[in-house]
Amino acid sequence: MSQAQPALELVDIYKSYGNLEVLKGISLKANDGDVISILGSSGSGKSTLLRCINLLEHPNAGRIIVAGEELELKPAKDGYLDAASRPQLESMRSRIGFVFQSFNLWPHKTILDNIIEAPMRVLKQPRAQAVARAEELLARVGLADKRNAYPGNLSGGQQQRIAIARALAMDPQVLLFDEPTSALDPELVNEVLSVMHSLADEGRTMLIVTHEMRFAREVSSQVVFLHQGQIEEIGSPEQVFDNPKSARVRDFMSSHLS
Amino acid sequence: MNWDWSVILKYLPRLLEGTWLTLELVAISGLIGIALAVPLALMRVSTSPWVRAFPFAYIFFFRGTPLLVQIFLIYYGASQFEAVKQSVFWEILRQPYWCAIIAFSMNTAAYSAELIRGAIQAIPRGEIEAAEALGMSRPLQVRRIVLPRAFGIVLPAYGNELILMLKGSSLASTITLLDLTGMARTIIARTYTPLEIFLAAGVIYLLISGVFIGCFRLLEKRLNRYQHYRHQVPTELTKIDPRLQD
Ligand SMILES: Nc1ncnc2c1ncn2[C@@H]1O[C@H](COP(=O)(O)OP(=O)(O)OP(=O)(O)O)[C@@H](O)[C@H]1O
Ligand SMILES: [Mg+2]
Repeated sequence: MSQAQPALELVDIYKSYGNLEVLKGISLKANDGDVISILGSSGSGKSTLLRCINLLEHPNAGRIIVAGEELELKPAKDGYLDAASRPQLESMRSRIGFVFQSFNLWPHKTILDNIIEAPMRVLKQPRAQAVARAEELLARVGLADKRNAYPGNLSGGQQQRIAIARALAMDPQVLLFDEPTSALDPELVNEVLSVMHSLADEGRTMLIVTHEMRFAREVSSQVVFLHQGQIEEIGSPEQVFDNPKSARVRDFMSSHLS
Repeated sequence: MNWDWSVILKYLPRLLEGTWLTLELVAISGLIGIALAVPLALMRVSTSPWVRAFPFAYIFFFRGTPLLVQIFLIYYGASQFEAVKQSVFWEILRQPYWCAIIAFSMNTAAYSAELIRGAIQAIPRGEIEAAEALGMSRPLQVRRIVLPRAFGIVLPAYGNELILMLKGSSLASTITLLDLTGMARTIIARTYTPLEIFLAAGVIYLLISGVFIGCFRLLEKRLNRYQHYRHQVPTELTKIDPRLQD
């Protein structure tokens, strides 16, 4: 079902930290099933952009629209925008999955409890339903046997797969990944990438900040290259990887694809 | 020197009576103290300076003045006000038992609030951000993530606070209460055997402390099964409560 309205639309997002302008007017559209990779050198504003989408970071200006619903923003202190309605923000966040570089599982809860917490408390699912779904997801990320373990007893790769399962348990319309494999030992990167690959294959809408060039080229429907808070180049993976218009992107690719 | 074991034996039942009162004071004050400390700590980490101001002043006062002064202020101070004497509170404030409990509760609330505040601030930001990103409301985050997590972190330091309170409770004897110390002093006034009786009282305090420590070790093991940072946090907390550096 391809509707006219995009799954996620960002319009002219601006963000500064004090005098430092980190995002300078970014607009981006993700249709249902799009996988958009966001590349760029360190400090170009990739994380900030992703975190502005669910207001973990407060933009100074811009509009955020998820599946046709616009997040209502109002001016707050220091020139930042804040949610006009906390309930609307919470409801939008529950529909946007976020996977962090550092996993951020809750160490005092078991793996199962980490996954069913938000479905039960935010979506008010009955426990049996949440557990059944969690078990499905655990099997899907290949960690069915870990349901009663604690995060501290899992490897980084396993923790990140659980974090993905935790996000999926909310059945989000959009999934955001902020360098999900950057904190992992090299030998653990692939187990996480393959889970993400399967998500892309089943048509999930995803925004992925990553330094895994090969992966980005394989899964992306679109690649965005950020430079100093602006979109330097945007296009199909073939275009951005093989035929970038911008010399800066070409340099970046040649130094990262070797 | 005449060492008299029999006096210990003879007065042991009275000492145990005092022990019971001591335990009662510590238990009741401890519970009230925690109940006060949680909201104080939550106010302390509020983003609003106005909300932070009250617990700041409260904690500043109770940490900055001796417990004995606090007890005297409540016990002798209350009776100085005619309004208090006319009010319904007088029924409580004229009893040394309740004055001691009020002073201990408010005192331990201040220290515990500071410990809990430190624990809340020691929770890695990402864990809270994960809750935010899943659409959890603030009260839900506090209830399900922040407080359970903070309790796990604060537990070892709180065991210390409880022991300090146990020892501080001996000050109840200064307002006529017959807690373990008060009872020991009463007995000594009759028998003139300070060494024997204070030694016995000391041993009883030691035993109670030992039981506290043991209980907290067990509790910590149970609650913090998942934790691998047990040695990180106490050093963080010693900055808040220098008494914990031992
Ligand atoms: N909380 C903050 N306060 C001040 N400056 C910040 C803050 N967070 C980020 N910045 C700055 O904003 C800029 C963009 O940061 P951001 O984390 O979005 O970059 P990035 O593209 O994700 O980089 P990386 O690849 O290193 O993760 C950087 O210059 C950074 O120093
Ligand atoms: Mg980043």
